[in-house]
Amino acid sequence: MTELISSGLVRGLGIGSTYALLAVGFVIIYRATGVINFAQPALMILGAYATSVLATGAGLPFPVAVLAAMAVLAAVGMATERVALRPMVGRQPFAAAMVTVGVLTVLFVVAHRLIGTQVRTVGDPWGLQRAELFGVSVAQVDLAKIVVSMVAIGAVGLFLARSRLGLAMRATSMDQEVALAQGVDVGRMFSLAWGISAALAALAGMLIGTSAGGFEAITALVALKALPVVIVGGLDSIKGAVYAGLLIGVAEALTRLYQPRYAEWLGANVDVVVPYVIMIVVLVVRPYGLFGTREVERV
Amino acid sequence: MLAVNNLDVVYEDVILVLKNVTLEVPAGAIVALLGANGAGKTTLLRAVTGLLDVHRGAVTRGSVTLDGQPLHHLDAPRTVAAGIGQVMEGRRIFTDLTVDENLRIGGHAADRATVAAGLDRAYSLFPVLADRRQQPAGYLSGGEQQMLAIGRALMSQPAYLLLDEPSLGLAPRLVQHIKELIVEINRQGTAILLVEQNASMALSIASHGYVLETGKVVMDGAAAELLANDDIREFYLGLSEERDLSFRDVKHYRRRKRWLS
Ligand SMILES: Nc1ncnc2c1ncn2[C@@H]1O[C@H](COP(=O)(O)OP(=O)(O)OP(=O)(O)O)[C@@H](O)[C@H]1O
Ligand SMILES: [Mg+2]
Repeated sequence: MTELISSGLVRGLGIGSTYALLAVGFVIIYRATGVINFAQPALMILGAYATSVLATGAGLPFPVAVLAAMAVLAAVGMATERVALRPMVGRQPFAAAMVTVGVLTVLFVVAHRLIGTQVRTVGDPWGLQRAELFGVSVAQVDLAKIVVSMVAIGAVGLFLARSRLGLAMRATSMDQEVALAQGVDVGRMFSLAWGISAALAALAGMLIGTSAGGFEAITALVALKALPVVIVGGLDSIKGAVYAGLLIGVAEALTRLYQPRYAEWLGANVDVVVPYVIMIVVLVVRPYGLFGTREVERV
Repeated sequence: MLAVNNLDVVYEDVILVLKNVTLEVPAGAIVALLGANGAGKTTLLRAVTGLLDVHRGAVTRGSVTLDGQPLHHLDAPRTVAAGIGQVMEGRRIFTDLTVDENLRIGGHAADRATVAAGLDRAYSLFPVLADRRQQPAGYLSGGEQQMLAIGRALMSQPAYLLLDEPSLGLAPRLVQHIKELIVEINRQGTAILLVEQNASMALSIASHGYVLETGKVVMDGAAAELLANDDIREFYLGLSEERDLSFRDVKHYRRRKRWLS
């Protein structure tokens, strides 16, 4: 029972929260611009790197380093949109998605150069410490992932729901021409979407960098999990991204915990496949995702 | 004054849709722009409001000026800032946003005080909307959606309001109501360019009217004059004088039909 809670549910919700962060970033860009952003893994690992440099290298207090890294990546995201994606406005969504693959490659090469071959730490204050939760001992890092992610997603949700710019972003995602006609600078909304999305990716990178003692360039591949997550949740649903992220995180953790014990014959590393199995099942049952809009186009 | 001067508009670099169009909306006036389907009325409004490029269209000759300042080089947000408001064809409200949010987005570029004043104005012009502030706009009836679209366009306090077929698809009683609202908005100081196929409604409140046909202004004059014009009466008002329909008249009709419709 203790094991189910600490190594199953809490760990699963922890890793699932980081998937949710990445997936929400996907959804925000998709809704604002109609583009599927494959560059998220590179933005994520650059975020982990920036946090690492600012917290362990420059010695900034950890929360300050995290916010600064998010700001840096927001700038990177906005620059990427302006330079690589803006010229694609009005072209086919498929072409724009391919441009993001190019961006992924470029940014990943940069990240690889910067990070090198060593394993780095982000300088988080949690380490291997544990905390008591309803009498069960759980890893602090898992709780941190859950709390930090949900606070960040909540803040973004509040921004979208309540602020003037958030309203303009939502309007832009519904009808760009009409948003323009109301005086909304639609290009700025695209830019903002990329900024928010990259900042969330940076935060996810930091959180993923806290686990297993550190991160290296290749850790970026974890962000690919966000793809099955958005497909399960629905490409255009923030709520879906959150629920699907948590669902897939927990499913993964439970598989890692119990499959070697009860279904060893399936082989090793089955947990890695779980997100894709869930994705395929959902695609069969609800092709537009659990929370998605029916007519969403596929890339 | 909002002026369109010798304007040519081309879509996709090849389709010439407006040819040498000249039109004026004096400050504070109501001007009607009539024309059949496909005449180019919406295109003219797009040229004024900076929305041509969204449709791969461009001004290739002539100009649009607001009090002498060129307007046709500006993007849509800048035309809003310059004092042009518009209600697009088909209302185009945000059905998933609430009534209140639809209005607020209309005041996107305005300051807080203007937005607050705009909300007050919209809810007093359209009391039906006030009762439904927090409802998704998609739940409103067609007439209510049209009022919302007008209210949204007024949020930026425009000096000129362009209305693209506001009466389309509305019952006669609602058309009458929209008409009264347009008059009231104009009385409060906003000049109006009213695009309509409902010529009797438009001409009954306009001071001046233009008839657009396949991209050209084929007729313009004082509204009263146009209302009295036989061609207009026949083709826009369906009020042909009761005369014998001889063969010659039918031919005559055909000829004019080609000319006007
Ligand atoms: N994006 C576009 N690309 C090419 N041609 C277009 C485009 N938009 C409109 N047209 C053409 O331009 C002409 C004028 O269209 P426009 O929509 O301006 O007419 P309208 O007078 O508003 O008609 P309606 O009364 O049907 O609204 C039509 O022949 C139309 O087919
Ligand atoms: Mg039209």
